[in-house]
Amino acid sequence: MSEHAVTLTVNGVAHARTIEGRVNLADFLRHTLGLTGTHVGCEHGVCGACTVLVDGRSVRACLMFAVQADGRAVTTVEGLAAADGGLDPLQAAFREHHGLQCGFCTPGMLMTLTEFLRENKTPSAAQVREAIGGNLCRCTGYAGIIAAALAAARRIAADGA
Amino acid sequence: MGTRQFGARVRRSEDADLLRGRGRYVDDIHLPSMLHAYFVRSPHAHALMKGVDMAAARAAQGVAAVLAIEDLPGAMRSARIPTVIALDDGVALRTQHCLARGEVNHVGQPVAVVIARTAALAEDAAAHVAVDYDVLAAVSDARAALAHDAPPVHCDLSGNLAALVANGYGDVEAAFAGAAHVFSDAFWMHRGGGMAMETRAVVAHEDGASGMLTVWSSTQTPHLGQRILAELLARGSDTIRAIAPHVGGGFGPKAPFYPEEAVIPAAALLLGQPVKWTEDRHEHFLSAAQEHDQYWTLAIAVDQSGRILGLRGEMILDAGAFAPWGNVMPNIAAVTLPGPYVVPAYGFAVKVALTNKVATVPVRGAGRPQAVFAMERMLDRVARELSIDRAEVRRRNLIAAEAMPYTRPLVFRDAKPITYQSGDFPRAMHMALASARYDGFKDRQARARAGGRHIGIGIANYVEATGLGPFEGVSVRVLNTGKVAVATGAADQGQGVRTTLAQVIADAIGCRIEDIEVRVGDTGAIAQGVGAFASRQAIIAGSAALMAGEAVRRQIVALAARAFAVEEAEIEVADGVASARGGNRPALSFAALARLAQGEPGAAFAAGQMPGLEHVAYFAPAQASFCNGTHVAEVEVDALTGAVRVLDYCVGHDSGRVINPMIVEGQVQGGVAHGIGNALLEWMRYDETGQPLTTTFADYLLPTATDVPTCRIAHIETPNPLNPLGVTGAGEGGAIPAPAAIVAAIEDALSPYGVRFCEMPLTPERIVAALREAGAYARLAPI
Ligand code: FES
Ligand code: FES
Repeated sequence: MSEHAVTLTVNGVAHARTIEGRVNLADFLRHTLGLTGTHVGCEHGVCGACTVLVDGRSVRACLMFAVQADGRAVTTVEGLAAADGGLDPLQAAFREHHGLQCGFCTPGMLMTLTEFLRENKTPSAAQVREAIGGNLCRCTGYAGIIAAALAAARRIAADGA
Repeated sequence: MGTRQFGARVRRSEDADLLRGRGRYVDDIHLPSMLHAYFVRSPHAHALMKGVDMAAARAAQGVAAVLAIEDLPGAMRSARIPTVIALDDGVALRTQHCLARGEVNHVGQPVAVVIARTAALAEDAAAHVAVDYDVLAAVSDARAALAHDAPPVHCDLSGNLAALVANGYGDVEAAFAGAAHVFSDAFWMHRGGGMAMETRAVVAHEDGASGMLTVWSSTQTPHLGQRILAELLARGSDTIRAIAPHVGGGFGPKAPFYPEEAVIPAAALLLGQPVKWTEDRHEHFLSAAQEHDQYWTLAIAVDQSGRILGLRGEMILDAGAFAPWGNVMPNIAAVTLPGPYVVPAYGFAVKVALTNKVATVPVRGAGRPQAVFAMERMLDRVARELSIDRAEVRRRNLIAAEAMPYTRPLVFRDAKPITYQSGDFPRAMHMALASARYDGFKDRQARARAGGRHIGIGIANYVEATGLGPFEGVSVRVLNTGKVAVATGAADQGQGVRTTLAQVIADAIGCRIEDIEVRVGDTGAIAQGVGAFASRQAIIAGSAALMAGEAVRRQIVALAARAFAVEEAEIEVADGVASARGGNRPALSFAALARLAQGEPGAAFAAGQMPGLEHVAYFAPAQASFCNGTHVAEVEVDALTGAVRVLDYCVGHDSGRVINPMIVEGQVQGGVAHGIGNALLEWMRYDETGQPLTTTFADYLLPTATDVPTCRIAHIETPNPLNPLGVTGAGEGGAIPAPAAIVAAIEDALSPYGVRFCEMPLTPERIVAALREAGAYARLAPI
């Protein structure tokens, strides 16, 4: 199996590794770098649990080879909370509105919605539903997640105002 | 006094780590020099194995071992996995071997395991394991399996009828003979998988220094797992620690003990190194237990006014090839069917059929969604045939609140006639109908129809037996830091058990909820335990938590009274401090009390004093509890495509007293989503030779955020007298009536065309086919 050098930043920290070409980004983050916050629910691109941001855009880390992230900046769920450990507004809203039960889909939901809320300052519930339409959650029935996203949008708007 | 936690919307203690990506699920565990496993699985639904050639795989890069059944230790070479639920005589259900022993009975059955340096190398090498199969005829349809010339699912069994179960009471013949009307229908109902977002996973490691074998598994029942593993490895269970760390959803399929949970520990012992196995989703579709099909015929006898006189049903239940949770489904169906209604005479018989499909296990709701579906669809039929409003037919048949406790001469899993202790069924229905604005629906529907839209409404009632035994335990201990350490055999897969128990204990002891640390799902933390199923944890572990908390409070009061030399009645405990009401109000913190409770070397304890501030309590319910509710769904159907949109969903929910409304609402909402999946989407398909056809989330559809509305939930809290908390359990209720309510709403939306639906899932193809058959498209405006 051929090995490749990969250099990238994850949550602002630079990493250089040599890895097999077949290693996907999700496994690389989880098992090579030990960042197990990113989850794998299907390995075939449907569930969205593995969603991370690459150069600010959401991607399914199970569908991207780690070598494709060479030279890029990756953000994972571990990168959301402030340096002092405080939850960001979206994370805090998930707690407040019971947006998680088992927590397995949660990292993917948070990353998808982080990108969405950056681009949609005053979203409707229907827009939030569309935005997470590619992220499966078996536990919550989505209601708490949608409430959390809407509350986070209001909070971010209020803080920015 | 601290604020009362019971009944409050307490934010979950679980969330802080999970939101930061600091959860610890099994696949997150990494141990030094850990090896990785990959299972070789049967590609055939039924075959004899003439040989397994592992030489090439053993020689492959990075491989530490390749094991087939003869390579496993001791009892695992011959014994089937022990059952946790004993089977009645004559029931031909069985569990599997840890690895196939000469015969495979479904696609995906584990045949051999490769252990290698990395998961990828193990998977590479598995391709070189050559199994010589003699392929046999297989059967995948339960009805076909019962034909006299059907191929046997297991070679050593002469037929596929695994059990006959009958239940009932009263003079059914007479009820039908004297009835003004008799209606009957046939139903096909399917559930599919639990489909937790986290697949199964196991890590095992024997610590050389202590001799302790630790097994982490993504399971609902670590204590049961410990017991079974001890038996299979012929090892004292005190040398096995089973841990279910964070578990990413359960829903039933993570309740039974799986072959992989024995093979991975066995491999770790053989190799002297930690071994990890993580199932991928494709494997999950092939090898994690599911619920399969049920085929029902149901007849109802009613008088002129639609009152039920008798009910008679038969069911063929598809049990798959193996049934690790025993033969519980027929009885659950039989007991659930009459539900909240007065049914004077009742007979129900189940044929349990083996098929060459993956093992079965109860999935969230455990067969109740199907029973409720059949009953509620039948009542809709009565309403339609007799031109009575659907809510009114139900009203005429519901058991009145004054009739509680209501006993029905049906025997359940607890071997007692079922008794509804609590509940106000008419009120639950009234509340759900009111929030759904049922009375105004006819007008809404007429307006929508005038605009060319097809909207409909559906109602479903249910009663669910919850809180099954045998017991659950909770230990409470005050630490020298003043924190309160709690452990329980209950397990959490997202239900918020840690938070719920902490609420109960904070009130019982008199401390701040933040000072309570709850450990769940760890046999090292509490010796006895059972685990998560049957919506039981709030009832049983919750009651044990109350008992243990109260006992520790009594210890605290006694100790403080002695220390202050006052009467116990003078002691007050709040916010982690015990103080005396009188004098200069002396006070001691829990930290100081915990130290005091350990005594001093050489000093004598007071008479009757026990060391420490700790207590372990077990709660064993006398019998099942029953929760109930009503669901009302409003849907819109696109008649041209068969697409269904759930517009509104209202729930009247009675799970007794509510410890945490936020958590209970989350359980109901999540259950409804699961029910929407079962009503419209989820279908695990096999071809007639037992080949699975839907093994990705692109083929097996789960409900997404655009499919599930936010439910409006009204709580009715009739306290349950069977436990000190008054709770009746909430984990599954949401899923149970949803398919019935939704399919009823679809039928109502399309009522101008006279189509009827007796199946779940109800897919767009089926809706369009039914409309076509009814000639609807000739009447619909051309597009
Ligand atoms: S794991 Fe990547 S989409 Fe499911
Ligand atoms: S919280 Fe469990 S899958 Fe979403």
